[in-house]
Amino acid sequence: MTPRTLFQKVWDAHVVRPATADTPAVLYVDLHLLHEVTSPQAFAVLRERGLAVRRPDRTLATMDHAIPTTPRAAGRPFVPADPEAAAQVAQLETNTRGAGITLYGVGHDRQGIVHVIAPELGVTQPGRTIVCGDSHTSTHGALGALAFGIGTSEVAQVLATQCLLQEPPRTLAVEVEGRLGPGVTAKDLALALIARLGADGATGHVVEYRGPAVRALSIEERMTVCNMSIEAGARAGMVAPDETTFAYLKGRPHAPGGEAWERAVSGWRALATDEGAAFDRVVAFDATSLEPMITYGTNPAMAVPVRGHVPADVSGPTQRALAYMGLAPGQPMLGHPVDVVFIGSCTNSRLSDLRLAASVMRGRKVAPWIRALVVPGSQQVKREAEAEGLDRTFLEAGAEWREAGCSMCIAMNGDRLERGQYAVSTSNRNFEGRQGPGGRTFLASPLTAAAAAVCGHIADPRELVA
Amino acid sequence: MTSRQPVSLVRSRTVVLAAADIDTDQIIPARFLKGTVREGLGRGLFADWRGDASRSFALDRPEAAGAQVLVAGANFGCGSSREHAVWALMDAGFRAVVSTKLADIFKRNALQNGLVPVEIDEAAHASLVAAEGREVRVDVAALTVSWAGGVAAFALPPFARRCLLEGRDELDILLSHEDAIAAHERGVSLEA
Repeated sequence: MTPRTLFQKVWDAHVVRPATADTPAVLYVDLHLLHEVTSPQAFAVLRERGLAVRRPDRTLATMDHAIPTTPRAAGRPFVPADPEAAAQVAQLETNTRGAGITLYGVGHDRQGIVHVIAPELGVTQPGRTIVCGDSHTSTHGALGALAFGIGTSEVAQVLATQCLLQEPPRTLAVEVEGRLGPGVTAKDLALALIARLGADGATGHVVEYRGPAVRALSIEERMTVCNMSIEAGARAGMVAPDETTFAYLKGRPHAPGGEAWERAVSGWRALATDEGAAFDRVVAFDATSLEPMITYGTNPAMAVPVRGHVPADVSGPTQRALAYMGLAPGQPMLGHPVDVVFIGSCTNSRLSDLRLAASVMRGRKVAPWIRALVVPGSQQVKREAEAEGLDRTFLEAGAEWREAGCSMCIAMNGDRLERGQYAVSTSNRNFEGRQGPGGRTFLASPLTAAAAAVCGHIADPRELVA
Repeated sequence: MTSRQPVSLVRSRTVVLAAADIDTDQIIPARFLKGTVREGLGRGLFADWRGDASRSFALDRPEAAGAQVLVAGANFGCGSSREHAVWALMDAGFRAVVSTKLADIFKRNALQNGLVPVEIDEAAHASLVAAEGREVRVDVAALTVSWAGGVAAFALPPFARRCLLEGRDELDILLSHEDAIAAHERGVSLEA
């Protein structure tokens, strides 16, 4: 039998009807995740055409993008940011209730960012196909799932048929040798890889992250890396399941139990890329000399080491980015003033991310001119963080401890930068205006973001956690 | 059966946005995503780039009115999967986007709505950028884009081309495979 890649194995197992001369393959979707922003128009298509949701049992919804993350006492009512957001939330409630879809809405103890809650619940499993109307769906590939973002028309197709028509992507192996040094995180690896590949370097490809540096990452760290695959243009990012994956999944609410667990694990073990399987492209990367990274421009590929400088030799697109960012060619990143620090998003809002941020903030104070927001990725993360006292660490340092949601990553929920402000953010996009019109974003790890909060400017976190 | 308008030919003057990596947050900022319908999103199109006199933004110029072909830099439509980007472009009258390389999800979304995604080589793209405002013909049947002084071929998967030409809807096609889907769910392959 021809050796196959992890991607090929998952793909093959989900082909309902192979591609023909004039129609692409029909691919089955095991799990469809919904949120309030990209689903209303899809449900409308079903209503217009008199179609039902085919598999409500394979569909799961949460509220994350448009909802406020303002701290609220238990039992206090949820107050939407504006009437439009309220209408979206109400539609998701109506649509999911009508179709019999489980909704982890605001006030539910499992509510959270869609890409945080699905792995947490154990519904993200190796070998599954997972889609969501959200480009960061690639996050779930960290467990060996084939997971990718889709548009709203495709959301309607999956709701109605549980399938998509798919042209096969190409495959890209990213081989990461070595091991991350102290103070260097999965986020730094992601930013460095994107800088290497370019903002469109992986377009049309499914990436498999491989090699010893990847094997050494926890599942939450793998999620950070897979999450940002789309920032290099990739369709999806994946890591082959291993003992780390099985240990993460075991005992989760929706993970298989008893004998089913053993059967599942033996199936998952067989998913790893076969010896000798061919990728369309291979890129090698050495993690050993990697340093904490930070972006200087307006796409995530514009990144340099935090001790580095804005490139001195800049072309047209970079010039435009620097003009927006108010930075000069060749200027150092260290010491640049900061107004806001945002720790959160589907990239870096899990318990391990919050622990990293807390390790820097513990016993220190956020600089008085800085607004620091810490936004847990889910209600579950929030509870776990509070059980360890991380909330106290953040609050005592002078940071805000907020409710779960996308918050300032997407700035459509009331949390946003003011025009001209600089933020160090653990999120995934530094696009113009992404965190609020006129806002300027430096992407970095939770360690680097927390270091900026306590120093009041861009700083190397290794000087604080050594 | 529901079907879209078939698209075989788009003929119009161009508007050029030559910058590379224009992401969907620029095409339509997130604050315009709070609606629950597809219509009327043109008001959010490049909302943060329009009306800024210092930038002399191409879509603000009077000659941009009525243009149906957007010539954009590489990696246009990168970032968020929001289909609102395509809805906003179409609401503003665009029917084709020409680039050297379009982002994957944007291209999928374009095809779902009958916005023609055109990827041409860099030399031809540079000529089109230089010929800003010139009338072009995007011919979906012939898979060519042509203008006074030039012609370039572009590729589309045969299926995507046929869906555009016939106004076919992917949902209809998927629904027609009900038997195969049900068999897959029972763990039986119809192909076996």
